[in-house]
Amino acid sequence: MRNVSTIYQREIKSYFYSPIAYVVISVFLIASGFFFAGNLQFWQEASLKGSLDSIQFFLLLLTPVITMKLFAEETKSGTIETLMTSPVTDFDVVFGKFLAALSLYIVMILPTWIFVLFLTIFGNPDFGPIFSSYIGLILMGGLFVSVGLLISSFTKNQVVAAVIGIVSLIILWVVGFLSTYGEGWFYETLRYAGTFDHWESFTKGIVDTRDVIYYLSFSTLLLFITVRNVESRKWR
Amino acid sequence: MINVKNLTKRYVNINAVDNISFNVEENETVGLLGPNGAGKTTTMRILTCFMPATAGSATVAGYDVFSDSLNVRQQIGYLPENVPLYLDMRVNEYLMFRAKLKNIPRRERKKRIDYCLDITGIKDVQNQITGTLSKGYRQRVGLADTLIHDPKILILDEPTIGLDPNQIMLIRQVIKDLGQKHTVLLSTHILPEVEMVCDRIMIIDKGKIVAMDTPANLMKQLKTGSNVVLEVKGDGEKIKNSLSGIDGVRSVTWKEKGDANEFYVEGSGEGDIREAVFKCIVKDNYILREMKRHTITLEEIFHQITTKETEEVSDNA
Repeated sequence: MRNVSTIYQREIKSYFYSPIAYVVISVFLIASGFFFAGNLQFWQEASLKGSLDSIQFFLLLLTPVITMKLFAEETKSGTIETLMTSPVTDFDVVFGKFLAALSLYIVMILPTWIFVLFLTIFGNPDFGPIFSSYIGLILMGGLFVSVGLLISSFTKNQVVAAVIGIVSLIILWVVGFLSTYGEGWFYETLRYAGTFDHWESFTKGIVDTRDVIYYLSFSTLLLFITVRNVESRKWR
Repeated sequence: MINVKNLTKRYVNINAVDNISFNVEENETVGLLGPNGAGKTTTMRILTCFMPATAGSATVAGYDVFSDSLNVRQQIGYLPENVPLYLDMRVNEYLMFRAKLKNIPRRERKKRIDYCLDITGIKDVQNQITGTLSKGYRQRVGLADTLIHDPKILILDEPTIGLDPNQIMLIRQVIKDLGQKHTVLLSTHILPEVEMVCDRIMIIDKGKIVAMDTPANLMKQLKTGSNVVLEVKGDGEKIKNSLSGIDGVRSVTWKEKGDANEFYVEGSGEGDIREAVFKCIVKDNYILREMKRHTITLEEIFHQITTKETEEVSDNA
């Protein structure tokens, strides 16, 4: 576990040494502020419901930018060789990087609490759905980061990692909508696999264990595949 | 310290390392020599647990590189060829990161970092960002990193490549000093380096070991100690004929050089032919201006061994 923390610390530092963290956070906050204002004006109600749906679209675009460098950069610069020949396990490396990216994600969404502050000053929001939405956002962040991390472990090109990450997340997003086109186990599976359906109940103030388990198990599966993929360098 | 047995690494259609076996004893410095693409880096990557072999086995410090890789990695310091560093970190910060990764106890970290900064001579750049350092300094940061956990075994892939002559001397001296207390396996294609630093040389070509011995023995093996270069004034053909008549001379070649001729006399055995050559020249009243023994350098050994292989291969084909 100490190795996880060593790797975690380095990754966090490296985010803030490079412009990535600042750029991503700024873009996200500008966009989410814009959508918060727009939604508030349109719905005229003291809730985050509409804003968070739009904000989520930006998380879809920006999380792969956070995760793109995690393995791609190490592979490209060759530091993967010094890292992997140190006495650390593949799990240490993968999990440390995962936690670092997730932390940056959380740092990115934290300032949106200022919207909640506005709502309490000028209105009377229901805090239940707001809290559950943030739990949902963090769980979803875990999933998004795992997707990005896995994809970063396949390539040494950061741009490729980002683009494929964004496309994958969009597919994961829209695949749930396809379930409205038909019935039966196939469409039911699609609905379950898509993230949107699970996210929606959080915004209604429901923390359903089925949704929590969906996010946790899906993220765990992806992290497991990432560890395996990092190991697979040893089979080739 | 390092035992390698029938190690093979096969890529899609070539054997990068082809059934090699060797041992490196404790505190021995062994130079791995070979042309580009000979399999040096692959061998090192297998020994450092970065990639596994297709077949065969290897143990480092008594631990198997496949089944006990964490222990192996704790025992080795590995400097990869292009010295990858995190270019956004400061030198001492990077070394601190590496010290933590390599499980150095908290209290000793600072001391080890200071020691390594000192021995590699990078104390004055310790607060610089590694990305701003020149190649030579980066190389030394890499070397400091390999030493940080005081490993028993150092595996250095071309440690002096891309350095200026002063830095090369410095790094060589550092490696030589380290070789007293550490087992070192280094690869290079700079021959004087091997001659100066290594106890033993292993020449590897196309994934196979073609020679392995001490530098002195390698030269002896090729029986080239008895060749002589002469500069003589007089008729070239005549001198050549009388020289060829000497007992123990295998062949004589000559060419004009200024107002005299230069001869290359190849002896056939171990014995010294210089006295006989001298007597032969003065007997006919020719003027001997220079005579020197031609000792073959590692360069020539290297060239002979590696090109001989290619000729054989093309003959077969």
